[in-house]
Amino acid sequence: MAVTGVFMSAVADTHAQDHHHGPAKGLSRWLLTTNHKDIGSMYLIFSFTMFLLGGAMAMVIRAELFQPGLQIVQPEFFNQMTTMHGLIMVFGAVMPAFVGLANWMLPLMIGAPDMALPRMNNWSFWLLPCAFLILVSTLFMEGGAPNFGWTFYAPLSTTYGPPSTTFFIFAVHIMGVSSIMGAINVIATILNMRAPGMTLMKMPLFVWTWLITAFLLIAVMPVLAGVVTMMLMDINFGTSFFDASGGGDPVLFQHVFWFFGHPEVYIMILPAFGAVSHIIPAFSRKPLFGYASMVYAVGAIALLSFVVWAHHMFTVGIPIVGQLFFMYATMLIAVPTGVKVFNWVATMFRGSLTFEAPMLFAVAFVILFTIGGFSGLMLAIAPADFQYHDTYFVVAHFHYVLVPGAIFGIFASAYFWLPKWTGHMYDETLAKTHFWLSFIGMNLAFFPMHFLGLAGMPRRIPDYALQFADFNMVSSIGAFMFGATQLLFLLIVVKCVKGGKEAPAKPWDGAEGLEWTVPSPAPYHTFATPPEVK
Amino acid sequence: MRVHAQRAGALLGGLMFPAWSMADWTLNMTPGVTGTSNDIFSLHMTILWICVAIGVVVFGVMFWSIFAHRKSQGAKPANFHENTMVEILWTIIPFAILVVMAIPATATLVDMYDTSESEVDIKVTGYQWKWQYEYINEDFGYFSNLSTPREQIDNRQAKGENYLLEVDNPLVIPVGKKVRFLLTANDVIHSWWVPDFGVKKDAIPGFINETWTRVDKPGTYRGQCTELCGKDHGFMPVVVEAVPEEEYNAWVAEKKEAAERERQLTEKDWTMAELMERGEKAYQTACAACHQPNGQGAPPAFPSLVGTQVVTEDMAAHIDIVVNGVSGSAMQAFGNQLSEVDLAAVITYERNAWGNNTGEMVTPKEIFDYKNQQ
Repeated sequence: MAVTGVFMSAVADTHAQDHHHGPAKGLSRWLLTTNHKDIGSMYLIFSFTMFLLGGAMAMVIRAELFQPGLQIVQPEFFNQMTTMHGLIMVFGAVMPAFVGLANWMLPLMIGAPDMALPRMNNWSFWLLPCAFLILVSTLFMEGGAPNFGWTFYAPLSTTYGPPSTTFFIFAVHIMGVSSIMGAINVIATILNMRAPGMTLMKMPLFVWTWLITAFLLIAVMPVLAGVVTMMLMDINFGTSFFDASGGGDPVLFQHVFWFFGHPEVYIMILPAFGAVSHIIPAFSRKPLFGYASMVYAVGAIALLSFVVWAHHMFTVGIPIVGQLFFMYATMLIAVPTGVKVFNWVATMFRGSLTFEAPMLFAVAFVILFTIGGFSGLMLAIAPADFQYHDTYFVVAHFHYVLVPGAIFGIFASAYFWLPKWTGHMYDETLAKTHFWLSFIGMNLAFFPMHFLGLAGMPRRIPDYALQFADFNMVSSIGAFMFGATQLLFLLIVVKCVKGGKEAPAKPWDGAEGLEWTVPSPAPYHTFATPPEVK
Repeated sequence: MRVHAQRAGALLGGLMFPAWSMADWTLNMTPGVTGTSNDIFSLHMTILWICVAIGVVVFGVMFWSIFAHRKSQGAKPANFHENTMVEILWTIIPFAILVVMAIPATATLVDMYDTSESEVDIKVTGYQWKWQYEYINEDFGYFSNLSTPREQIDNRQAKGENYLLEVDNPLVIPVGKKVRFLLTANDVIHSWWVPDFGVKKDAIPGFINETWTRVDKPGTYRGQCTELCGKDHGFMPVVVEAVPEEEYNAWVAEKKEAAERERQLTEKDWTMAELMERGEKAYQTACAACHQPNGQGAPPAFPSLVGTQVVTEDMAAHIDIVVNGVSGSAMQAFGNQLSEVDLAAVITYERNAWGNNTGEMVTPKEIFDYKNQQ
């Protein structure tokens, strides 16, 4: 039942009227647009630009860590690179990519003509380049960019932060406003604009995961805004929220930050869960196994994500009862996450599988995200975390959930829907090359980090003891390979936009959903008359 | 000539392939030398094998599907999409595994938190970028700085065996005794970690954290700061020497005596040359990380000391900054970090080095009086 039973009527009527008003001409099309497809494309282009910028910083980091000793950059600049790499990847690359996918696909999936609040949609996008212009400009300020890690722990980021910290805070505020408006838009669209007959439990999973993600965003982005505002007050207005010498508490910073930070990691992965739940059934030619349990699992993960934040703080000295609570709660997350993985595998089981690029990325997503989940489970064991905490084991863990998790999820989605966006098929050979080089590069870069962490290498250091040299060199080589490969993706997309084999309305024979009922490329206006879902 | 060539070759080799002589492909955590670290190691191995087992089953089914259920092999898709029994089972079984894991984890954690009945108490204070160890029952303490030469870090010299993991004054503890650590920090958050002990705890300004260890095997154990604490976060190692009890007692007695001698030095009449010589050493350990060995600093965070107002004009202001620090900046209060002799020597050195030739000096006694006035 559920998604698979979805079909619609009246396609022909809808598209007969589409040619009345096309896009405006020139720059004003992009500056003033309220069209969800234009805004979606802008989000995706912005996200990829940031991905390359944040990636370039990762290349600087890996080049410095290629050998022991200081060769390329000094520690001050190294710390700016790790900080900016994290901030840009989280807030500039991953989050906007999913908002771009949401903009493009949510209205098409639920049979709506556009997002519910199109002007706000325009504004939420255009705030982002402003925020990142400010953030990136700190690199050129006196004293340099923020250098206290993307987690910006006080008092390193307050009393001891560089003068540019205030600009960083302003940038975070603007990003937060953008995210919150985007989330409101997603919720309003999904709750109000579904085609007649599409009940909640008939919604495609990408819609479900984004609905839940949007609630997470609305819940935690204000918390982030709160914590940076407290920093702003400490730095510029003489308060002492996080300054022990004035009666404040540096640990309070971490509690507030991670109350935002942990749901944030699910914000970066849940939409990928949704997308993969479309792609695996499509290329297995078999309905998704356990639709209902998938929905409940995402809901459970989202709820649990609010009560596990202190597992990032096992070594700060919280009382043992707190320690035990956060350990148990964190371990519990493995249950719904496991359900999702089992469901994906059960979907593939006894299917009729083909391995086009979206499927390759989706299968790699399941395997490698699960490995990241395993190391996450190990990190949840509080006593063992005393050894893992703040070592490269943690770096390996979160790169395994974010690179083959979030990023591979985004690549899988991009290849899956590129024919719908551009009207052309992408070059399958190049896309498979992109996949295999990314897959090998990524594992070469991040798997040895597990070993480094277990051998005792702390994270965020520009230079290291000699016993860590070999794996660091391997890791750097893998990172260079992964980084260079992403230029290939740019080439593939440009090629696909410019031309290629004409894509039919439904290029994947196993795909399901309303988005495949409109022609490829999707006309500028779709579903002016809502389709009917039975 | 030949000797020179050999040395040059060795240096070049060391610079280009610093790692290969120490090649190390360690894959796993080591069990360490304490009860805690052994408990952690066995938890780590248990959970690792559980993950491997789950992985084998899940990926096994997946790879089977990938090989056997391919369209190109003529596979026809089945049409099932739910099975309540299976779904309940794969919710309950993982939950049961988690409960089994949680039991030993809880026991280990309770043990790690039991800091009672310690025999030696040491206060560990994190500074940017060094550790201070104070033996609170014995009334002495000292700083522990990185001792790897700058030339090795900058690749001008071959790297030594314990590159970045060596200090001037290691922490010394007796074997077979329960040692309690009280951790705090002076500036930002640091984290004190010795992997072999299974001990890691954050050192937080304004707070005191507790942890403990009992080491039975004498030896030298090395670790590092693990919480990002600024520019030289990667350069503040932890080195602990665990020694037999007699040796420990002798060492404590010697340290106490040395502390007494240091106090007496304040009374001595110092000449300019003596202060300059001592000042240069103290400057290189305490000040050079920020203000650079040549005094040029790294503005704006770390101001230059060459020809600037503070070090060439008002002496009282200079003493005040060094002793009390500048609040709201990275300049620490060195009043409690350095002895009166070192404070006087550093200030005298700064006022006369790098062409700052003021010709002025300040004596340890003056510093002593200045501190007592406050």
